[in-house]
Amino acid sequence: MTSTPTASGRPAGNGAATATPSDRLASDKRYKIIEATMRRHGYQGHGLIEALHSAQEAFGYLDDFTLRHIARTLHLPPSKVFGVATFYNLFTLKPQGAHTCVVCLGTACYIKGAREVLAAIEAEYDVKAGGTTRDNQLSLLTARCFGSCALAPVLTFDGETIGKVAPSAIAQQIAQRLAAARQTQ
Amino acid sequence: MNLEELNALATSERLAQAKKRHHIHVCVGTACQALNSEQIAKALQAELKQRGQRNDAEVKCVGCPGLCSLGPLVEVESRVNGQATTGVPEEDRRRSVLYQFVKPEDAAEIIAHLDGEPVKRLETPLDQPFFTRQTKIVLENCGKIDPERIEDYIAAGGYQALMKVLTEMTPQEVIDEITRSGLRGRGGAGFPTGLKWGTVAKADPNAYPTNVPEGIQSRKFVICNGDEGDPGAFMDRSVMEGDPHRILEGMAIAAYAVGANHGFIYVRAEYPLAVKRLRTAIRQAQRAGLLGSGIGGTAFSFNVDIRLGAGAFVCGEETALMASIEGGRGTPRPRPPFPAECGLWGCPTLINNVETLANVPPIIMKGAAWFAGIGTEKSKGTKVFALTGQVAHTGLIEVPMGISLREIVFDIGGGIPGGRQFKAVQTGGPSGGCIPAQFLDMPVDYESLAKVGSIMGSGGMIVMDDSTDMVEVARFFMEFCMDESCGKCIPCRAGTVQMHRILTKIQEGKATQRDIQILEELCDMVKHTSLCGLGQSAPNPVISTLRYFREEYEKKVNGGQRPEAGSQKSVVSGQKSELEVGSRESESSKPTAHSS
Repeated sequence: MTSTPTASGRPAGNGAATATPSDRLASDKRYKIIEATMRRHGYQGHGLIEALHSAQEAFGYLDDFTLRHIARTLHLPPSKVFGVATFYNLFTLKPQGAHTCVVCLGTACYIKGAREVLAAIEAEYDVKAGGTTRDNQLSLLTARCFGSCALAPVLTFDGETIGKVAPSAIAQQIAQRLAAARQTQ
Repeated sequence: MNLEELNALATSERLAQAKKRHHIHVCVGTACQALNSEQIAKALQAELKQRGQRNDAEVKCVGCPGLCSLGPLVEVESRVNGQATTGVPEEDRRRSVLYQFVKPEDAAEIIAHLDGEPVKRLETPLDQPFFTRQTKIVLENCGKIDPERIEDYIAAGGYQALMKVLTEMTPQEVIDEITRSGLRGRGGAGFPTGLKWGTVAKADPNAYPTNVPEGIQSRKFVICNGDEGDPGAFMDRSVMEGDPHRILEGMAIAAYAVGANHGFIYVRAEYPLAVKRLRTAIRQAQRAGLLGSGIGGTAFSFNVDIRLGAGAFVCGEETALMASIEGGRGTPRPRPPFPAECGLWGCPTLINNVETLANVPPIIMKGAAWFAGIGTEKSKGTKVFALTGQVAHTGLIEVPMGISLREIVFDIGGGIPGGRQFKAVQTGGPSGGCIPAQFLDMPVDYESLAKVGSIMGSGGMIVMDDSTDMVEVARFFMEFCMDESCGKCIPCRAGTVQMHRILTKIQEGKATQRDIQILEELCDMVKHTSLCGLGQSAPNPVISTLRYFREEYEKKVNGGQRPEAGSQKSVVSGQKSELEVGSRESESSKPTAHSS
């Protein structure tokens, strides 16, 4: 774990048999971001979680190829990398929808009716918490407390915090944002 | 930067600030920012620019002033004009006005009223109990300084404590000062901070095999635990967002005292703003020579790295947190050896909560005696609470230890809205318990809270009114613990599932008295056989609601019938086991259990 791989000895060289992986690493600039994170931690194993954060930020989720690439580069067994990636709630191995809505189910939000808010969204978009709508437009997730309890019940839509939401109004608020996003595309 | 340079910078910054007659503070904490407070700051700035002549006013983005439920908040602090007839020095004749629910379009009106009467329709009184009943030590800079400017922190007296420690005190003197202050861990367990520091300072880095990664030059470590996982708690977030340099200063002092040269701040990834501000603060401190090598012209070196959590509650437990920093799954391990002797990569490691470290610089500057003069006999100083739930004023408060729950909920919190009745207050999150109305006059300190079956916890305080279903509350917390159990030890992994199943059964009206009995037995078993703080404290919400709101459970089993004669026995045995629990807990007050 202590040796630092040289540039030429890294992924492309010791990758899988097909030519695709190295092509993919070379053609997709997002791997450079992950690479930078791993370099910052000296390609050592303790940088694994940071590398996974970078990867998820770049791709939106962690696919098999990326996990294996990180395992190779950090000289870790794939089992360890998969183990860590699946242990932490924030990492997801499934592709996400175009937009993400995260409903806070922390205590303060819960007491102020977050469950009803979640149910309203689930009913409107026919999606269960943790899932993505059939048209791949919206992923619905839950979280344990954003620390914005004064705004309870609270949710985020693509990172934007929406506070003091009402179960009756939330579906429309999300619809507006989805429509606005569609227009700007 | 040495002491003279630090003082020179502080003086010049203070002079620059004194030139401004009006200081307009806009809260850019997470809650206010979600309500567009950055737009308000921009609008105010644009308005000042437009009026041209207003060079005597500045707009500053600051951390959380506390009263989140009235956000976005804007505070205008003005130097009052006039003759020196009152005998008050000119710089002290100030007027502060707090504006609530501010919108960007209010900017023009606020600026227009800078010299005259405040804008009445937006004003909220600063002399209300919410502000006057608080004692601010940890939060003294929150809402006052710009967290993204080190100069502002230095002008407020920042890094003076670090300089004092490096130039005037030996590490042992620092530890003695902290010990004398009576500061206890603010992560929840309340372990004496001075004692912990002393243990790490004395620990031999070669006692256990170590494998420190290349590039890290330290054989001891300081970790700041910012993995604030308790739902309903946001004290640490507010401190990290509003006064990040204070944490760095506290860590550097701790590192000097215990002999560490490297530190980590472990922050939840759910707090992106806190991460951003801490990163900025570290960069600024490094540039100013207040972190890095040769700090303040002395031989002391200290570097700080940030590590992000990834959504695992168990990582608030210290051994799990260290496993996570090492890049692995966040699973705890048995103690001893304690992290103070064998911690990160096998090295002696000091782990302190954000709030604990934030208390350190003022203790060094004002002395242990000053700090020990605040609070109660065994719990010194203040505690920051995140007051939320069914209470009029939700937000961040800092109160002296020993204040009564009634004062917190009804005076500072403004009571229960909507004409409802107070039912309980929940402290300590999933590790704590519910405290019913009969204990409202109890002082809030570590011992009293433990006595009634709750814990101080990291500081989440959730008020519940008479519409709250206490069985549902217990079920909610058990669901949380079940989801967050790391799965390493069986009592926690399987026990939380079983308890959650029984609680769900009770909620569905399918349970019998026998189920309550099994639930109590499970509580006892999980509490005493789990590996780490998560499992050991997971039954607390059930135990405390069973103790104080048993009739709600009874009502839901047997179709509301009174308990039969046979089941009375279980009530008695339940109480007995709690007594045993109490005595065992007092015996084993080992270094912090669950720190976040």
